[in-house]
Amino acid sequence: MATAILADKHPLDDLIRAHRMPNIWCPGCGIGIVMRCFAKAVLESGLPADDHVVVSGIGCSGRVAGYMNLDSYHTTHGRPIPFATGLKLANPRLMVTVFSGDGDLAAIGGNHLIHAARRNVDIKVVCINNFNYGMTGGQFGPTTPRGARSTTSPYGNPELPFNLPYLLAAAGASFVSRWTTIHVRQIQEDILYTYKKPGFTFMEVLSPCPVGFGKSNNINEGVDEMELYRQRCVIDPSVGLADLEIDLREERPIYVGRLVDRDLPPYRPVTLVETE
Amino acid sequence: MIQVFARVPLDLKEITTPRGQVYIIPERCKGCDLCIEFCPEDVLYNSDQTNSKGYHLPAVAAGKEQSCVHCEFCSLVCPEFAIFTLAVSP
Amino acid sequence: MTGRKVLTGQHFMHGDHACAEGALAAGCRFFAGYPITPSTEVAERLALRMPQLGGVFIQMEDELASMAAILGASAAGARSMTATSGPGFSLMMENIGLGVMLELPCVVVNIQRGSPSTGLPTAPGQSDVMQARWGSHGDYGIVAYTPWSPQEIFDLTVHCFNVADRYRVPVLLMSDEVVGHMVERVVIPAEEAIPKWDRKQPDGKSNGSFKPFQALDPDLVPPIVHAGDGYRIHYTSLTHDENGFPDLSPENHHRLVTRLVQKIQVNADKLILTEDYYLEDAKIVVISFGSTARSARRAVAEARREGIPAGFLRLISLWPFPEKLVQQLAKDADAFVMAEMNLGQMVHEVKRHVHQPVKGVFHAGGAMMPPEPILDAIREVASGGNGHTRG
Repeated sequence: MATAILADKHPLDDLIRAHRMPNIWCPGCGIGIVMRCFAKAVLESGLPADDHVVVSGIGCSGRVAGYMNLDSYHTTHGRPIPFATGLKLANPRLMVTVFSGDGDLAAIGGNHLIHAARRNVDIKVVCINNFNYGMTGGQFGPTTPRGARSTTSPYGNPELPFNLPYLLAAAGASFVSRWTTIHVRQIQEDILYTYKKPGFTFMEVLSPCPVGFGKSNNINEGVDEMELYRQRCVIDPSVGLADLEIDLREERPIYVGRLVDRDLPPYRPVTLVETE
Repeated sequence: MIQVFARVPLDLKEITTPRGQVYIIPERCKGCDLCIEFCPEDVLYNSDQTNSKGYHLPAVAAGKEQSCVHCEFCSLVCPEFAIFTLAVSP
Repeated sequence: MTGRKVLTGQHFMHGDHACAEGALAAGCRFFAGYPITPSTEVAERLALRMPQLGGVFIQMEDELASMAAILGASAAGARSMTATSGPGFSLMMENIGLGVMLELPCVVVNIQRGSPSTGLPTAPGQSDVMQARWGSHGDYGIVAYTPWSPQEIFDLTVHCFNVADRYRVPVLLMSDEVVGHMVERVVIPAEEAIPKWDRKQPDGKSNGSFKPFQALDPDLVPPIVHAGDGYRIHYTSLTHDENGFPDLSPENHHRLVTRLVQKIQVNADKLILTEDYYLEDAKIVVISFGSTARSARRAVAEARREGIPAGFLRLISLWPFPEKLVQQLAKDADAFVMAEMNLGQMVHEVKRHVHQPVKGVFHAGGAMMPPEPILDAIREVASGGNGHTRG
C-alpha cells in the first residue's frame, strides 16, 4: 500500500443515505460510530433490509433514522417506543429497532421505556447515552452525574442520575447490555444477538459529546473521552446491577458488558384465531 | 538430525499477516482524530491536508505504507463513514 | 357474539359498543387505548372482539403512548383507532400533530365529558369541539364528525376510517357521554354494504424517483407507502421536503404547512355532512350537533307548531365547518340560534359567516340539554328580542 487513496464511496453506502452525508453530528461525537455498527449488523442479520425499520425520537441520537437507508420514522420526543410497538404489532414480520438518546428514552420517554420492558414487546432499543441533552445545547438529563456542569445546571447538577441497566432490569427487560463507542465489535455482536432474541432488548452505549457535555466537564475532545473509555471500562460479572452507576469525572471503573440476559415470554397480543 | 516440531505452528508457512489499503472520503472527515489515535499500528497521522470545511485529514505516515494490517478498526471507529480499508493480497 | 367481522342485523346497542363495532366493520384491526370514562366501553368491547378477529388490542400505559402506537400501526398499513375523553384528548394533542405531519391515517374517538380538567367524568359535555380543530400546535387541517345516536356512531365510525385513509389525516369522532352511553336501536348492514375506501398507493416498485410527500393530484394527497413495502422512506416530524427529508427553510415550511391545511380545505365539499329540517322557508335557523341536536330538533318542531318559521341545521361534520351552507342560509334568515353544551365554541364559526344576530343557548355541561331553553330562545328571537348572545 502506498499512501491513502481518496475515495467517494464507502462500502456501507448502500445502507446509509449517502447523499445526506456529512452528517450533522459534531466532530468527535460517537453517534455515527453506533450507527455504523448498526448498519453492519443490519447487513449481517440475515434479514432483508426492506424488513428492517428504525424508529427514533428527538435529539442528536434521533437523527440516526434520517441517515439509515431503511424505512425510518423520526417521531416526537419520547415516543419512539410506543410508535415502534404499534409498527411491530401491526406487522410482526418487521424487525423494529429504536434508536434514541438518554433524554428521549429515559426522561420524557421514561414511562414508555419501563412499560415496554415490562410487557417484553419485541423491539430492539439502542440508547445512546451521552449524559446530556445535546441537540438543545447541553442541558442536564436523567443520566447526567450529580455535580456535573451543564447549561441548566451552571452550579452543578443537583440531581442523582439513573442507573439505566438497573432500571431496565427491574422493569423486566429480557436483555440489557452496556458498551461504549470504543466497543465497536461488541456493539455489532450484541445487536445481532438481540435480533435472534425475541422480546424487549436494551443496549446502552456511552458516547462522547464533546460540545454538549465534555467541554463543560473537563473532557475536551471526543478522542479524550474515548481514551477514558479505553482505560476505565471493565467487564466484571460479579458486580451487582445496583452498582453500575457511571460518573466519567471520577477515577472509577465503568462496568460494561452483557448485564441481563434472560428468557421471558415475549409480548403476544391475545388472539383467539388460529395462526398458521 | 531430529526435526523438532514443538513451539512451531504447523501452518506457519500458510498464515500471513493481512495487509490493507487505506481509503479516505475527504469531504466527510471532521478531523476528530479517532482513526489516528486508535490505529494499533500507528499508520495514520494528522496531516496538513484539509477538506473544504477546513478539517485536517488523516494521512499515512512516512514509513508506514506497508504497516496497515487491515484490522479495520479505523473504519469501525469512524463516526463519519469517511475512512475504510480494503484487503490487499500480500 | 361470535367471531363475526360485521354483526349484520338489528341490535339494541350501547353507543360506545356501536363505535367499536363500526370500527371492526370498517376493517380496523389495531386498537391501542387507555381507560377513561365515558369511553372505556369502546376499549372493553374491542378487548373482547379484537382477539376474535385476529386483530390487536393493546392497553397502553397512557394516552400519549396510545396515540403514538396507533400511528405506528397505521405506518405499517393497519386501520387503527383509539378512544378517549377530554383529559386524554389533551394528552394526545402532540401526536395528533404527528399524525397530521406524517400524514398517517387513524381515527381518534373523543366521547366528550364535562370539562375542563377532570371535570365531570360521568356526565356529558361538548366543550372540546374547538380543541378538535386547534388543539395541536401549529397550522393544520383536520376532519371531525359528531354523531347524535348509537346508529350514527356506527355509521360515522366507518366513515371516519374511510376519510382518514383517503385523505391521509387523523379523523376525530367527537361524541358525547349521552350518545356514548345511550342504548338504542342500531341496524348493521351486510358486510358487502359497508363502504370501504382504500388508501392511495403508488403503482409499481421503488424506482428511485418516487417522492413520498409529493402531491401531484388536485386533492393534494400523496400516495402512502408502508413500512416493509420496500421503498425505504424517511418519515420525519420535522418540516420536510417532497422526498421526506428535513428541509427547514422558510419557503419549504410555508409550502408544506399550506398543503396540509389546504388538503382539507380543497376537499371540504366531500367531507362536510349536515342534516336539516324545515329549512326551506326558515327565518330563524337553529344550529346544533350531537346530543343537544336531539333537543334542538324537538324545539324547532314545537316552534313550528306555534307558527314560528324556525328551521334546524344539524352539524354532522364539525370540521370542516359548512361555511358555504351557513352563508347561503344567511341570505334569507332573520336570526340564528346556536345550541351547544359548552359556553360558546361553534357559535364563533357561525357568527363569522353571518351578519344576523346569533343567539346562543349554552350550558357548560353535565346533563343533556332539554328542548325548553332552546325553544325559549327561538321564541325570544321570534318576538323581536335583540337576539345577541350574552357574554
